[in-house]
Amino acid sequence: MGVKLLLEKANVPGIRTYDVYRREGGYTAAEKALKEMSIEAIVEEVKKSGLRGRGGAGFPAGMKWSFIAKPEGVPRHLVCNADESEPGTFKDRYLMEFLPHLLLEGLLISSFALGSNDTYIYIRGEYAWVADILEDAIVEATKNGWLGKNILGTGFDCMVHVHRGAGAYICGEETALIESLEGKRGNPRIKPPFPAIQGLWMRPTVVNNVETLAAVVPIIKMGGVEYAKIGVGRSTGTKLISACGNINKPGVYEIDMTISVEDFIYSDEYCGGIAGGKKLKACIPGGSSVPILPANLLLKTAKGETRYMNYESLSDGGFATGSMMGSGGFIVLDEDQCIVKNTLTLARFYRHESCGQCSPCREGTGWMEKILQKIELGKGESSDIDLLWDIQRKIEGNTICPLGDAAAWPVAAAIRHFRDEFEWHIQNRELSQTSNFGLQHYADPIHVPA
Amino acid sequence: MSEQTLFKVTVDNITIEVPAGTTILQAARQIGGAVAPPAMCYYSKLEGTGGKCRTCLVEVSKGSEKDPRPMPKLVASCRTTVMDGMEVKNITSEKVIDARAAVVEFLLLNHPLDCPICDQAGECHLQDLSFEHGKADTRYEFQRRSFKKHDLGKYIQLHMTRCILCYRCVFIADQLTNKREHGILDRGDHTEIATHIEKSLDNEFIGNVIDVCPVGALTDKTFRFKNRVWFLKPMDAHRNCPTCSGRVTLWNRGDEVFRVTARKDEWGEIEDTPDGKPGWICNTCRFDKKHTNDWVIEGPRAISRQSVIAQGHYAGNIGTTLPTEIFKAVNDGRAPHLLMDIHNESEVNLPSVRLSEIEGPSHGNTFNNNSTKA
Repeated sequence: MGVKLLLEKANVPGIRTYDVYRREGGYTAAEKALKEMSIEAIVEEVKKSGLRGRGGAGFPAGMKWSFIAKPEGVPRHLVCNADESEPGTFKDRYLMEFLPHLLLEGLLISSFALGSNDTYIYIRGEYAWVADILEDAIVEATKNGWLGKNILGTGFDCMVHVHRGAGAYICGEETALIESLEGKRGNPRIKPPFPAIQGLWMRPTVVNNVETLAAVVPIIKMGGVEYAKIGVGRSTGTKLISACGNINKPGVYEIDMTISVEDFIYSDEYCGGIAGGKKLKACIPGGSSVPILPANLLLKTAKGETRYMNYESLSDGGFATGSMMGSGGFIVLDEDQCIVKNTLTLARFYRHESCGQCSPCREGTGWMEKILQKIELGKGESSDIDLLWDIQRKIEGNTICPLGDAAAWPVAAAIRHFRDEFEWHIQNRELSQTSNFGLQHYADPIHVPA
Repeated sequence: MSEQTLFKVTVDNITIEVPAGTTILQAARQIGGAVAPPAMCYYSKLEGTGGKCRTCLVEVSKGSEKDPRPMPKLVASCRTTVMDGMEVKNITSEKVIDARAAVVEFLLLNHPLDCPICDQAGECHLQDLSFEHGKADTRYEFQRRSFKKHDLGKYIQLHMTRCILCYRCVFIADQLTNKREHGILDRGDHTEIATHIEKSLDNEFIGNVIDVCPVGALTDKTFRFKNRVWFLKPMDAHRNCPTCSGRVTLWNRGDEVFRVTARKDEWGEIEDTPDGKPGWICNTCRFDKKHTNDWVIEGPRAISRQSVIAQGHYAGNIGTTLPTEIFKAVNDGRAPHLLMDIHNESEVNLPSVRLSEIEGPSHGNTFNNNSTKA
């Protein structure tokens, strides 16, 4: 068993309520932080821990905190990004649903460190019942003096507000989230200015992912240096992975980032192998926006080394032969899955979720979806593959926010690694409607069922 | 006033000194000519515009004197401020030209290309942009999005099919009128400009949305299908208007005033009045005062923007000033950007043709006769 820091108590009956959470040692980190530590010391611990943002980009959290501007007389805000809408990612929902007080404790410590008296949880609208759970937890925490005015007699006030989104993926982008929270249309802002200078209501703001904020609790409990010892290299601590797709045991797993991808997929402790004894074809290791990898490149890097479940190893080889850790949405595809159809599904998602503000993303995502649809329906032409490649190349990097990149990468990676499957679709128009391309040279080289 | 810090910035090998806080686009416009990146959504007189259309992308090859690292991505020049010692590549960068052609293709993807029946033709920024930076063909083979026409009140019609979603009309309603009644509905490629459930726009200054619209999406109903802009003679005029500056351009044919617009500078933006404020005009001036005796005529207006109408009679300087020596040298002999010479294409615009002398509907013969006469 690997180290568990966040989900350690997730299976304790009634952990969702304040009483059980407190009995199991909850809010001791908050007590320690507020009573014994200075603001600088907390930020220093988070910096030492090497905690990286768990929302997808992997930006060091401590560094993000230290960027926040502190002008006199201007309130600052902490916003918790719980707008988890990436296809394949559902770790934050699990965390909030079972351990709402862990998030609140993390929020309290972080709010204290950042000087935020009004802290917001921007939660995805579809997580309606989770928002109710959080609101109940906030009432309980307030009743017990962990939120509200003059917390623990320190003179620090902190209110946590739950704000429900209205069903837009783009509102997971931090500036779009801020716009939406202000009551405006969720269009990403043009940066600079960055939220740390001018964020919510033009005040300095830090936006952090749910898991990042929850991870602050064990960091304060055990100290940043101890936390940094877990994991490997710059991938410190534990990471929640939401595994789904054609595996025996889908679910949310906490890993300490030293485990290999192969072990993660095949060991009984985690995914438990491919469902139905089938063969592994491909995997999207970090949520829908990261590049897809064929089995041979997933288990071993291009250099032939074992690939591990951490930020560095997953991105080894760049986009040519690697992928990204992303938000930890681990989507496994078995031999019966069609890459063209899979790419079409993703392209449709991004077309639907593009905010329509800047032209490359607005027009390009729709165009890519239509071409993929055409190929999938057996009407493709060989020039379409090059056209798709050209479109994604022209979207990537030319948009206001990363949604354009996120829309371009899956298409690029699918063509890069599975071009022959696209070609097969185009050359065998009728056959492709009834049968599947299956596995070819990119089969999993290790695990071939007898 | 304290002394302003001046930053040295180099755009396409031409160095200029500008005050701190200037954007790359503004600095490039001060140099002028082809060095200035095109802008479809940015409007210097409106706060918060820009960054959306991505036509003004430039490459920053040197960040500043202090931090000479180049910027990793192309940046939107309209929203990026200059740093001291910054080096910017616009038309001298292959990447920029490639990206700009891509943006033009994206903008035209769902555009109906109905220029032959569009009132904006001849003064359309998208026409100019696609002529300069686009390709002759489209690679798009699917159905384009379509919308019904909407009447936004008595004076304005909205053709959503032509819209490129620059958001300028939204910003202007926010900043110029006391209550914005239209906005953006939906998202992605089905986004549309709309009033909430078929309301009409009846603010006294709402007519200015027509002037800021870079394409033919918002058109003047009092002018629709009346005439082609290149047949009209622009005249500067003013009147003593109680609500606005009253400084306008009249678009005449003979003595008849076909339409009234605000005065636009060479970037297609509203000119400032002598007191330094943008010369927005009110609906009364724009839509109701359509007789020459309502106005004090100042004289013919030189249209200096690079467009078809600029090549008619009254252009003070055709096209713009071009840094010719740099172009050929640094850009592999790429020709400086001049639009087609309209005189070669059409006899209508021959300098010898005197449009104001034509009476009644005109056709090819009229011009042939007229030009031989003159």
